[in-house]
Amino acid sequence: MTAEAHAHHEEHHSSTGLDNRKLGMWAFLGSETMFFGSLILVMLINKHNTLGGPGQEVLDLVLTSFTTFVLLTSSLAMVLSLAAFRNGSLLWGRIWLGMVMLMGLIFLGGQVYEFTEFVTHKHLTPSTNLFGASFYTLVGFHGAHVAIGVLWLGTVLAYSWRGRFQPGMDMWGIELVGLYWHFVDLVWVAIFTLIYLI
Amino acid sequence: MATVTATAPDTRTFAGTAWSWITTVDHKRIAVLYLVTSLAFFMLGGLEALLMRLQLATPEADVVSAERFTELFTMHGTTMVFLALMPLSAAFFNLLVPLMIGARDVAFPRLNALSYWIYLFGGIFMNISFVAGGAPNAGWFGYAPLTDTAFEATHAIDFWAFGLQILGVSSILASINFIVTIINMRAPGMTLNRMPMFVWMSMITAFLIIFAFPAITIGLVLLIFDRYIETSFFIPEGGGDPVLWQHLFWVFGHPEVYILILPAMGIVSEILPTYSRKPLFGYAVVAYSGAAIALVGFGVWTHHMFTVGLGPIADTAFAISTMAIAVPTGVKIFNWIATLYGGSISFKSPMLFAVGMVSMFIIGGLSGVMLGSPPIDAQVQDTYFVVAHLHYVLFGGTVFGLFGGIYHWFPKFTGRFMHDGWGKVHWLLMLIGFNLTFLPQHMLGIDGMPRRVHTYAADMGFDLWNMMSTVGSLMIGFSFLIFIINALRSIRHGEPSGSDPWDGGTLEWTIPSPPPVYNFAHIPIVDSRYPAWDIKRGGGHTGAVATAPEADAEADEPDIHMPNPSYWPIVMAAGMVLAACGLIFHQAFILLGAVLFAISLIGWIEEPAG
Repeated sequence: MTAEAHAHHEEHHSSTGLDNRKLGMWAFLGSETMFFGSLILVMLINKHNTLGGPGQEVLDLVLTSFTTFVLLTSSLAMVLSLAAFRNGSLLWGRIWLGMVMLMGLIFLGGQVYEFTEFVTHKHLTPSTNLFGASFYTLVGFHGAHVAIGVLWLGTVLAYSWRGRFQPGMDMWGIELVGLYWHFVDLVWVAIFTLIYLI
Repeated sequence: MATVTATAPDTRTFAGTAWSWITTVDHKRIAVLYLVTSLAFFMLGGLEALLMRLQLATPEADVVSAERFTELFTMHGTTMVFLALMPLSAAFFNLLVPLMIGARDVAFPRLNALSYWIYLFGGIFMNISFVAGGAPNAGWFGYAPLTDTAFEATHAIDFWAFGLQILGVSSILASINFIVTIINMRAPGMTLNRMPMFVWMSMITAFLIIFAFPAITIGLVLLIFDRYIETSFFIPEGGGDPVLWQHLFWVFGHPEVYILILPAMGIVSEILPTYSRKPLFGYAVVAYSGAAIALVGFGVWTHHMFTVGLGPIADTAFAISTMAIAVPTGVKIFNWIATLYGGSISFKSPMLFAVGMVSMFIIGGLSGVMLGSPPIDAQVQDTYFVVAHLHYVLFGGTVFGLFGGIYHWFPKFTGRFMHDGWGKVHWLLMLIGFNLTFLPQHMLGIDGMPRRVHTYAADMGFDLWNMMSTVGSLMIGFSFLIFIINALRSIRHGEPSGSDPWDGGTLEWTIPSPPPVYNFAHIPIVDSRYPAWDIKRGGGHTGAVATAPEADAEADEPDIHMPNPSYWPIVMAAGMVLAACGLIFHQAFILLGAVLFAISLIGWIEEPAG
């Protein structure tokens, strides 16, 4: 798409003044709340359903607190990235965007380590008991969302070298991935609190 | 950037025509695709029903085996809900929403095409099961543990589970599209309180879909895990709970019935004022009661589970919320009746269908209130009384309403009338056939005939009612044939209708039939609920809508930018469904599907949308 085409899009009439794509993302995230809400409920129902096998005690609070801190900080980096792009600083925009990706990858790395540890040393697999099944399903789906987010961020970053997000241009591409990223973060706050902390 | 000329279909060759349909992103053509496909699936679901009725016509009959019978009732329900009625509503969303709000297309035209192709491939995928080792056979609500590998080791349930996931993606994408379109693309002056009632109901339906579908998505994910990776979410031996499936299914399933009825209610709310030549009575109340139905609809799901044993407190609470839903529903019905009152009514076929919808829906609503009472439900649960009830709301309500919509807007699709006389014959036969089919099922249910059983003994007192029901169902089938012949004939030989045959009040009647690709040469300015009536009656706001049909033909065409056609939606949909095939047939398909998906995603992003 050319810069001209984008300028043209911006002029398009919209009843609320909101960009169509952003409104669509809000609707999608609304749907996602029900998706994760259902998963979290299933997890809560099965939290103590261990059949005498491994249960909540296998969760490693120290490691997960660290990765949680990293993921929450990444939301700050996301905000700073958008602000930098808006201020016309491509360099800092890219740096912060890269930081978001890096923190997302650290979080995912923690999760991969956690899953491997549980399966190999704690003998907890999805078929061990329903605590395991629900845990892997919920945390796995969240992790998949983070992974998609990292890929998406990478795409956005790549496009910043292909003539997008230059000073004065529209930033909806970054805003969309930002909305998604903050949402995935927020879901993790709920998961961490409900599954790990209490 | 494409202009109108670039999107005009190249109809010189068959291949060109086919390609123009495959790559279309025009909401009107996608509406036609939805309409044709959903009617084909409607016919398929109807044939399944007829086979069941033939089997049940006489006691101890042997038309189909017990195994085949379970497949038939499962696929009849699944097909009618997900492949016939929802997409038929989607055809109306596609045709009407942009026209009624004064927009040139939906917010995301390519996403719209993607929704359609996913639906088509998902429907085919699910029906392949009939020739690939057995069709789904656990009922349309797939109760655990019937769906467990212990009871169904073939892929029958997998076809159903993956098929529903695929169709869910289609529905959610389409709903996001229509939410954004309705909220964001209304013509200047078209405030929420001036939107046509059909648009209101479309918006509420779309919100219902995005909030209700995730529950069944999760339910199906857990079911697939139970079947593929040996979890035991719904298997008691592993600590699981089959009732959890029922909760997840009905948290989705009850809003789903409002997803099916609200579009028909919207259609009726457009038809009744048009043929009574009066504005809809109590517009705001009708709109808000639609929203109230949707909201309360999320809090009634365990009335499908009264006999599970959730306890008197849960049963009481859900009985109260269930009966509370009758209030906004009744409000709508009284407003429709008040719309007719004092109007100068013309009984064209669309009007007959609309009146049929209201009256049949009242009967279904009343038996619904009966079933909302746990003691009555305990008596007739899983009998033909429930079958009768659900068909009075979904056939008597939804199907009558949607057929009324087809007769009403056929001239807008095609520029020609459907034959009104044959339309009335269709209506009368369908009304009689419908009541002959389902009224006796109330008696069967009260007499204790269980549903989903392939036959019955001769001395039970069921014979007469069953025979009546089968005769009625054949009448319905016959009336549908009349409809199809009438529609096919009218496309080419129907009487030309002009742009505004019914003296309609909403914006779609201010533009030519069939509408030009760009819909509106000038985006109209709206300052009332019936802008087209304002122009025609000359009162108050003449010239509010700046579109003169004659001027469209030449004057403004070259400057209107319309989205380019795109083949990425069909490629992406194929990729998704191929991946699902891989989980059943051969894993190579997963890879192939993933590659197609990735390629189409890149192509999609890189493609100039125009």
